[in-house]
Amino acid sequence: MSKSQTQPEMLSGGEMLCRALHDEGVEYVYGYPGGSVLHIYDALHQQTQIKHILVRHEQAATHMADAYARASGRAGVVLVTSGPGATNAVTGIATAYMDSIPMVVITGQVMSHLIGGDAFQETDMVGISRPVVKHNMVIKDPRDIPEAIKKAFYIAESGRPGPVVVDVPKDMTMPNEKFPYHYPERIKMRSYNPVKKGHSGQIRKAVNLLLQAKKPVIYAGGGVILGKASGELTQLAKLLNYPVTNTLMGLGGYPGTDNQFIGMLGMHGTYESNMAMHNADVILAVGARLDDRVTNNVSKFCPNAKLIHIDIDPSSISKNIPADIPIVGPVKSVLGEMLEQIEQSSQSVDDAALDRWWTQINEWRERHGGRYRKDDSKMMKPQFVIETLCKVTEGDAFVCSDVGQHQMFAAQYYKFNKPNRWINSGGLGTMGFGLPAAMGVQLNYPDADVVCVTGEGSIQMNIQELSTCRQYGLPVKILCLNNGYLGMVRQWQDMNYESRYSHSYLDSLPDFAKLAESYGHVGIVVEHAEELEDKLKEALAIKDKAVFIDVRIDPEEHVYPMQVPNGSMCDMFLSKTERT
Amino acid sequence: MRHILSVLMENESGALARLVGLFAQRGYNIDSLNVAPTDDVTLSRLTLVTRGDDQIIEQITKQLNKLVEVVKVVDLTEGAHVERGLMMVKVRAAGAQREEIKRSADIFRAQIIDVTPTTYTIMVTGDEEKLAAFLEALSGATIMEVARTGVSGVARGEKVLSL
Repeated sequence: MSKSQTQPEMLSGGEMLCRALHDEGVEYVYGYPGGSVLHIYDALHQQTQIKHILVRHEQAATHMADAYARASGRAGVVLVTSGPGATNAVTGIATAYMDSIPMVVITGQVMSHLIGGDAFQETDMVGISRPVVKHNMVIKDPRDIPEAIKKAFYIAESGRPGPVVVDVPKDMTMPNEKFPYHYPERIKMRSYNPVKKGHSGQIRKAVNLLLQAKKPVIYAGGGVILGKASGELTQLAKLLNYPVTNTLMGLGGYPGTDNQFIGMLGMHGTYESNMAMHNADVILAVGARLDDRVTNNVSKFCPNAKLIHIDIDPSSISKNIPADIPIVGPVKSVLGEMLEQIEQSSQSVDDAALDRWWTQINEWRERHGGRYRKDDSKMMKPQFVIETLCKVTEGDAFVCSDVGQHQMFAAQYYKFNKPNRWINSGGLGTMGFGLPAAMGVQLNYPDADVVCVTGEGSIQMNIQELSTCRQYGLPVKILCLNNGYLGMVRQWQDMNYESRYSHSYLDSLPDFAKLAESYGHVGIVVEHAEELEDKLKEALAIKDKAVFIDVRIDPEEHVYPMQVPNGSMCDMFLSKTERT
Repeated sequence: MRHILSVLMENESGALARLVGLFAQRGYNIDSLNVAPTDDVTLSRLTLVTRGDDQIIEQITKQLNKLVEVVKVVDLTEGAHVERGLMMVKVRAAGAQREEIKRSADIFRAQIIDVTPTTYTIMVTGDEEKLAAFLEALSGATIMEVARTGVSGVARGEKVLSL
């Protein structure tokens, strides 16, 4: 044996952190330096394996790491200092938590002996982050660092993924205190063993029920994307010829242009998907959690449906709606086993009933079909902007959205045919997510078209990142649907508060194009529908610079369909004048 | 309905805070809570009494199991079990009442563990009903202080909660 194998290398805590991240396969760390992490930053400076991306605000670091995870399926890594560095990261951690995104967040902490004494830049980050992490831990001995990092990645990425915070007191990273370094290959924990496979008996029951269905719907959520199961989902739907609806988080998990796809469901779902759900006799919920933006009033939810619910997290099952056949397990393996059982089954689907069901669904499609107002006003419609974006990018861009009306329009009108292309803050609804998210994706997929769909409200919540974007030469395309109002708030005020626009308009907006130019980017203003397509093409042709496309849209536009509050899934407003 | 949940968890700093935080975040009740290391010092056993309908108890159990430090959870009230709490009551014990209080303590098989010319400190163990009955029996006396451990319990017979 060579000496290097018998004698482990001696490294400081800071060096071990960097080395452990490298051994975990990490390429980029997103962060911001400060007092408590200076030893770590010094160790970073003296190595070349890990590249650090300096943001302008810690929230952006978390969103960059989060979006990388959403696009790639691997945990993103964040490094911030104690106190304000850590608290600034909390919104991004909560964003990842709500959407079950794997992330490892390393937060600095004051020296161990100062903890609890209200030291400068001290906050109890483990306490603050506890409700919004999958797990968190404090390093108490520098020798524990390699195992803690391995554990953090294992917990973040396995089972139902989520963010893990590792709090590192400054004295754990002293440059002169060296320890033998060994990175464990795997971690075994007696208290944490995520389920690997669904219960075959339950799967058999589910298959029986599924094959008897006369009005089936497959309702697939973000779990399909996180569980890398869109292939199995598509195969299953094709084999059965059943309609598929996706949640906001599940878009792209089933091809958006396929004829069996009936659109997104829920609050702003399509008419046909909400009608199909309400009238279904069997619902197969796959990696979806039946949250309030989908079910509407739970007591009126799908009155005739039997529910089969597959989820890796048992606590998601029967939380909001009791499942008739619960299946706990990874969606990929459960769907795979279902496929096998269906192929071996002597039973087959009820083709006659299915024909009637498709006829009904197609009638619903005819009734609304995602139509929007094309009035005589000269104002550009936001739906048209998204349709044009989808056309010029051939539905193949990474679309990173902010939060509000533009997010819903993007979800409704951009047709995602691949998973991991639709990147948005679904659960927490974090304004300011879009730009850093787009940057995180672009950095890791340098040749891809990455578009941040945003509004003039959301973009200003992290607009400082235009500077980071410049520093790393990230050619993201920022498509700002600018209507001068906080559109979704205004929509609710129109519908529920007699159009009293309490603080939902934005006065004194900057000239976004010039602002972008001042950072060294390209700024484009689009005021007329007829110039949109060309200007979008022009923007997308720019491969070496970020482009801010400021599109002036109709402020009167609402997002429809919209479920009627407290109603069933089929109670919807279809336009300003139509209601089901 | 009242449930007694017994939880085996890693004896690590922060684990208890995580568990208690879960109850606060999700709006679940804790009637009583009792926690200490087991014979294996790397493990703590925590027993808590909570209330809720079946759906809530199911969610509580699932959410507890989701915590990374939690090794096992059982609902003792699902089967035959024994439960005990310990209570110390300091009472004013002077004059004629002194003898009366001693008699009540004897009836409940309680022990007087501290005596002064004017007070008794009485220790009594039992299920919640017995402890409540004992306090009721002392209602004629002046209760100065009560300290209770909360409920601890195990399943009857061969069934155990261990690794």
